Amino acid sequence: MIKFILRRTLIMIPQLLLLSLIIFVLAKQMPGDAVTGAFMGNPNATPEQMESIREHYGLNDPWYVQYGNWIGKAVKGDLGQSYTHKQPVTHLLAGRVANTVTLSLFVLIVTYAIAIPLGIIAGRWTDTWADKLIVTYNYFSFATPLFVFALLMLFLFSFVLGWFPSGGSVDVRIETGTWAYYVSKLKHLVLPGMSGALLATFGTIQYLRNDIIDTKLKDFVKTARAKGVPEGKVYTRHILRNSMLPIAAFLGYEVTGLIAGSIFLEMIFSYPGLGQLFIQSITGRDFTVTTAIVMISGTAVIVGTMLSDIILSAIDPRIRIE
Amino acid sequence: MAETVLEIENLRTSFNIKGNYYAAVDGVSLTVHKNEVVAIVGESGCGKSALALSIIGLHNAKTTKLEGQVNLKEQNLLSLPVEKLNKIRGKDLGMIFQDPMTALNPLATIGRQIAEPMDYHMKLSSAAKKKRVLELLGQVGIKDANRIYKQYPHELSGGMRQRVVIAIALACNPVMLIADEPTTALDVTIQAQIMDLMKELQRITDSGIILITHDLGVVAEMANRVAVMYAGEFVEIADVNTLFSNPLHPYTRSLLSSIPSNMTDKEELHVIEGIVPSIQKLDRKGCRFAPRIPWISEDAHEDNPTLHEVEPGHFVRCTCYKEFHFPEDQVEDENYVTT
Repeated sequence: MIKFILRRTLIMIPQLLLLSLIIFVLAKQMPGDAVTGAFMGNPNATPEQMESIREHYGLNDPWYVQYGNWIGKAVKGDLGQSYTHKQPVTHLLAGRVANTVTLSLFVLIVTYAIAIPLGIIAGRWTDTWADKLIVTYNYFSFATPLFVFALLMLFLFSFVLGWFPSGGSVDVRIETGTWAYYVSKLKHLVLPGMSGALLATFGTIQYLRNDIIDTKLKDFVKTARAKGVPEGKVYTRHILRNSMLPIAAFLGYEVTGLIAGSIFLEMIFSYPGLGQLFIQSITGRDFTVTTAIVMISGTAVIVGTMLSDIILSAIDPRIRIE
Repeated sequence: MAETVLEIENLRTSFNIKGNYYAAVDGVSLTVHKNEVVAIVGESGCGKSALALSIIGLHNAKTTKLEGQVNLKEQNLLSLPVEKLNKIRGKDLGMIFQDPMTALNPLATIGRQIAEPMDYHMKLSSAAKKKRVLELLGQVGIKDANRIYKQYPHELSGGMRQRVVIAIALACNPVMLIADEPTTALDVTIQAQIMDLMKELQRITDSGIILITHDLGVVAEMANRVAVMYAGEFVEIADVNTLFSNPLHPYTRSLLSSIPSNMTDKEELHVIEGIVPSIQKLDRKGCRFAPRIPWISEDAHEDNPTLHEVEPGHFVRCTCYKEFHFPEDQVEDENYVTT
């Protein structure tokens, strides 16, 4: 098992390198560059001046030279300078990464905390009123766009009821590190987190429900019943373990959804995370920041997939790589 | 006669299809004694497996209606709530399933799966359980028990898995075993091995066995008594020697004459025309086999066919057996001259 985890982790290195190459080349293909982005709408910048700035920052070098420079520094933890913010990208990202990771983890945990019990109930007691209610909720959450739902939540719980703050990640008046600070952080997290989680549950619920319905009819479940295993144990010991497999496999994909979702959530709740910065950096053609953020998102997906694989191999003996 | 283990009385298993109940097992009665192997034979769709699942209560309770009685140890299994039935399943009543490739949980070790019924029916320490599992693995002819104990189903061959399925059924020393086509999914050499194993185990455990099969070779080898099933009913019950030497019911005779053997290699093999009618379309009045032997006159059948005891222990349904003959016997001079 440890060997498997080690090997699976090592596979990530070429994956990340390939990812960085693709991202870099794609980002270079964006119309315009950092210079046009920075001087957009500035009538005083002459084409000659802009050209000299390009030359200064090495933007006229062939792409592979630029990539070489960038990746060489990136492995040492230097992601370059932001053209717009005039400060190191790592410095710019530090606090925001923590915020986004917190928000994403919150969404992920709440999603599973809601989806797994509901999926089990719907799958085990198919065609009961509980199942119908859950399936209805599922259609609702599948059909509702996140930006509409999040705005509604914001309106209702922040504006009308005033239970939660409408933006930011923490109350600025509170001293860092105190108990009240963490409570305030949590309070700022609940509204965006719940908005994201309530809509993210459908995949897990649907997969789990269908897989339980499928597994219920399998022969080995009959074997278990023929052994005299009580109904509850038939589920916990036999059906659910098997039905967890697609859910674990789905984790990597779920992480991708989280990243896309967090961009919306951060914009709507003015939550200072990567999503906000990402949109700004694209419109400002802030090339270094964009590549860094896409790189981080891509890494998250690769890590998510790795976690899927590790969890799958822990549950399922058939896919352990020897 | 030896002690009775299982007594099935007028069992009727009906399935709900679009609001109506149709009987797949239609008034079956059977007694199984200690140390006796009763084979139930019939073609696919005749209700054999439905009967097996009814005995052990594995049908979906919502869509299945069970009537009659299945008595084991003075309890009617059909009237027991599922909690009480769970105390009997796996303990007094063991089940061997048809397809060993799907009958085992892919995510649990062999050791765990054989030990599982003991969790619920026997009070054993985990060391004692392991000892018993290894013992069972030995009994079902698995040599390297210690290794297999830790392995998963996908690491084992079909024959090995079927041995494991048998070990699970035997785990708590059942008085009654139901084997639902235990060799159908295996290839021929393995079939023979599994049959030898079952015979051996039957000798050791002296439990009663219901063996469900459509393989008359298996019947001849294993069974003491045979019940021939057609369209949800038993059409003939006899001890195994009588059945093979003096088959009476047209269906039994047709089945027997459709087995290829080295004695009949010049003759054309008999084919029973048609298929078992589906339970929705089945005509439940009169002799159910009549449509498949249309050359027999209608008067030969009883209006309400019942089982007749033609000699002690030999039962035949309907009266059509008295006039039954194969169509070849009449028309051999014209159509059946081969070129």
